[in-house]
Amino acid sequence: MPGRVIALKRPAGQFDGDPRDEVMLIQRVRDGEHELFYELIRPYERRVYATAFAILRNEADAEDVAQEAVLKAFKHIRQFRAEARFSTWLIQITVNEARMRRRKAHANIMEPIADRPDDEGNYTPRDFADWREIPSETLERNEIRQKLAEALAGLGQIYREVFVLRDMQRLSIDETARALGISTASVKTRLLRARLMLRDLLAPGLGGAWCGKWGGRLSFEKGTKPW
Amino acid sequence: MVVNCEEVWREVSNYLDGEVHPGLRLAIEAHVRDCQRCTAVLDGTRNVIQLYGDERMLEVPLGFGQRLHRRIEQNLPSSIPPSRRTFLGWMVAAAAAVLVVGSLELVRASSARRPEQRSELARRGSGVPPNMMVVVTEDGKLFHRAGCPFIHERNRPRTITASEASREGYTPCIRCMGKYLADA
Ligand SMILES: [Zn+2]
Ligand SMILES: [Zn+2]
Repeated sequence: MPGRVIALKRPAGQFDGDPRDEVMLIQRVRDGEHELFYELIRPYERRVYATAFAILRNEADAEDVAQEAVLKAFKHIRQFRAEARFSTWLIQITVNEARMRRRKAHANIMEPIADRPDDEGNYTPRDFADWREIPSETLERNEIRQKLAEALAGLGQIYREVFVLRDMQRLSIDETARALGISTASVKTRLLRARLMLRDLLAPGLGGAWCGKWGGRLSFEKGTKPW
Repeated sequence: MVVNCEEVWREVSNYLDGEVHPGLRLAIEAHVRDCQRCTAVLDGTRNVIQLYGDERMLEVPLGFGQRLHRRIEQNLPSSIPPSRRTFLGWMVAAAAAVLVVGSLELVRASSARRPEQRSELARRGSGVPPNMMVVVTEDGKLFHRAGCPFIHERNRPRTITASEASREGYTPCIRCMGKYLADA
């Protein structure tokens, strides 16, 4: 673990997201030790990117927006209120930046954003006799992570946003609602839908996706596209 | 209280989040025990949450951290007192070294969990009271509070203390142990 060795030599100690260190770091950045800012956001940089990517679905845009969001956080660090978690605040800035970028992109091609309203009807999960567990260990494999990412990218925007914040960023229901500017009831409705759709998309047996032989895209039975 | 399949599907997400009242929770569990279809719905949904909640799903493009760091540096106001400059220079060099090592690791990639994650998990475990009774399962890797919907009943759950669980290599479930974890 070469990273660890280097970390030991660091005089300031490596910040790893401990909330108490974080409060102190924020204070020091506010007091003018700007160079500590990178330490402050480093534990969250992957989350910032994932959030931007979930909304934009494009690597280059997501990276640019992630950078913009981080710079914005630096610029407004004095506005951060300690009652929120720093990570949540950072994610919220990222959501706003990403949405702005998306709006701009849509405006350029003269196309309104078609965010569909929540589907009121109940969703009927597909009927499988059994669920064959996809073990976490399979995440070591690139193609499995790829398949999961593809399934997620296939969800509608409103479902994807909620799912990413709640289940990947692990924000609470309340935090998710605040970050997206929607009600907690909407968070719950969309989350249910997102989880069930993903479950149906990932169901084993879809062309033997998890057996490793199958290299194609996720496939669906006719008429079962859940979105 | 009795619930049917449709009601289970409507509540499965809330159930897994611990957002249903105890009466409904028991009714859902009673229904699922006897309903194969709902068992498959519950298992699959739980599986989805576990997979996507894994840190390994948060991937960034190669060199992302470096480019971000550079962008920040370019945009920091130069208000650093001269006495700190040497220290800053050192910090930047060290951070860059970490980043280089980090990206090498990414290239080697895919085989093992990155070390930072392991340390993160270990750190997270430290907030749980050591004498707290927790539930572990045979083929699981996590320890849970009793009643956590992420415990797989069929894998013969066993109750031990949190410190024993840690010694045996289990790490806390983020869903039910959330309040003890120094989660970011
Ligand atoms: Zn049922
Ligand atoms: Zn649990």
